[in-house]
Amino acid sequence: MITYTIRRLALAALILFVAVTAMFLMIRAVPGDPVQIMLGPRATPELQASLTAALGLDQPIWKQLVIFYSKMMQGDLGVDVFSGRSVTHIVMQQLPYTLELIFASIIWSALLGVIFGAYAAANPNTLWDRMIAFISVSFIAAPAFVIALLSLLVFAVQLRWFPAIGVGEGFWSRLHHVVLPAFAIGLSWVGYIARLVRASMLEVLGEHHIRTARAFGLAERRIIMVYALRIAILPVITVIGVGMGFLLSAAVFAEIVFARPGLGKLVIDSITTRNYPVVMGAVLVSTGLFVLSTAISDIVNAWLDPRSRQSL
Amino acid sequence: MSDLMTDKETKVKMSDHHQSEFLKIVGGVAKNPLGLIGLIIVGVFVFCAVFANWIVPHDPIGMNIKDRLQGPSTTYFLGTDQLGRDTFSRLIMGSQVALKVALPAVFGAMFIGLTLGMIAGYGPRWLDNFLSLIFDTIRSFPTVMFALAVVALVGPSLQTVVFVVMATSIPIYGRVARTQTLALRNSEFILAERSMGASLFRILGIHMMPNIIGVLSVLAAMDIPTVIALEAGLSFLGLGVKPPTPSWGSLLKDGYALIRQTPWLIVAGGLPIIIATLGFTFLGETLRDVVDPRLRKTR
Repeated sequence: MITYTIRRLALAALILFVAVTAMFLMIRAVPGDPVQIMLGPRATPELQASLTAALGLDQPIWKQLVIFYSKMMQGDLGVDVFSGRSVTHIVMQQLPYTLELIFASIIWSALLGVIFGAYAAANPNTLWDRMIAFISVSFIAAPAFVIALLSLLVFAVQLRWFPAIGVGEGFWSRLHHVVLPAFAIGLSWVGYIARLVRASMLEVLGEHHIRTARAFGLAERRIIMVYALRIAILPVITVIGVGMGFLLSAAVFAEIVFARPGLGKLVIDSITTRNYPVVMGAVLVSTGLFVLSTAISDIVNAWLDPRSRQSL
Repeated sequence: MSDLMTDKETKVKMSDHHQSEFLKIVGGVAKNPLGLIGLIIVGVFVFCAVFANWIVPHDPIGMNIKDRLQGPSTTYFLGTDQLGRDTFSRLIMGSQVALKVALPAVFGAMFIGLTLGMIAGYGPRWLDNFLSLIFDTIRSFPTVMFALAVVALVGPSLQTVVFVVMATSIPIYGRVARTQTLALRNSEFILAERSMGASLFRILGIHMMPNIIGVLSVLAAMDIPTVIALEAGLSFLGLGVKPPTPSWGSLLKDGYALIRQTPWLIVAGGLPIIIATLGFTFLGETLRDVVDPRLRKTR
């Protein structure tokens, strides 16, 4: 297990290294002066000169990469073109809003998805099962940003049940603000998790310990809720880690549509103002987040199911 | 002479066989109500995209300021936007853009992913490890974040969207093709082919590929809605197709800006995306069950 954990983390570090290097080289591959491309056309000459010196652009490319990495290790992702503030600081300021949104989405969609999936598996091939299957497929297909726009139109603009912009202050107001964006992001996850839980639940229900429980005359409700669900729910935990990338992608749109602060809003705003260091910093942090969550979910999975340890 | 005849006959039989196989698959899909709905939706969508120029009742980029921001009427089925352009016509033309992005991107990604995946699965171990690492690396970017980084560097255009979609979905096809190739590389027909001294190209292209392409086509069918949504999403952010080209995403962009004036632009841009994604997903799901029931387990 320890060997697996170390090897999996090493792989994550390797992937992150390749990804960051690829991004670094991509900036270089674009024709034109890298300083101007990184800083955008509005950068001041002083800033350009300082970046040229800081990046050591007169140095060979491998040396530039080393400098870039040694700075990144110290948590330095460069500075904002306009304000001169540290990119790390700006990104870390926005990150909690995105995480709040993502966790809210996961919580409600996982709850509902598990209930749907367990109910469908407990009553296989009934009308309810088929309806849940149909709803699941439809939900999975629904693109988050269209759902976000339609729910903004219906529930915020027309019915005025929920606020249309911002994040709010204080717990209840924040909750009130997060409802619609979390609804939009989580919807396809309800379908996804429902299908996952149904499949794994059906598998678990066929196993010996469930048969034993039935033989002991336990109530069917108790068997499903306590004995089967506890096992059937495991794949959900691991899938959420892998799904982090999708959640981060969906969050970009939800943040734009509902004018919420967050990583996605930061990236879009920085692209429109051509503030490249901020764009790159935010993309880097979100990629790191995704790689980390995939690695953690793999490790949790290996801990729960020793068979999967061999697949690395 | 007789040789030639038999050759011709087998060829005819072969194509007959292929055709009946195709019809069988379509028939199997149509038997399922969900599959039938999917087929119809996709059919209408493709029809709209191909014949868009003849269907549109008004010029999709022709402005008519006098009639701006109107609700639905008999002249303008879905109303008009802030410049008085007919929303229905823009919606129909938008289907063309969606298809123009989705088809080349998905097929390109499938072809490259198939090739790389087969090489990874069939080639030496170090090459496999290297390609797998590349696949994992590309997958490690959240798709939209990757798209935004690329757009930031090279600027928004239709080609950028196609490139982003291809880059992010090649690993998906590559991984599946690799797994399938690994499973087949030691099977008897491949070993027989190898002992007869067939070239690598022949083994992979003629004997391996037909066994993988079915699964990949199903994946591709299910990938199309994601691509349509991504194109619309980027255009919504103003980072995809450039105006005045009508796209469902740019309809939504205008609708979002005017959300307090008129609901019709968002409805007109949003519903076709949802309906098209539903259609392709239903079709893909049924296709998967018909082509390869084993895949059902992994859902």
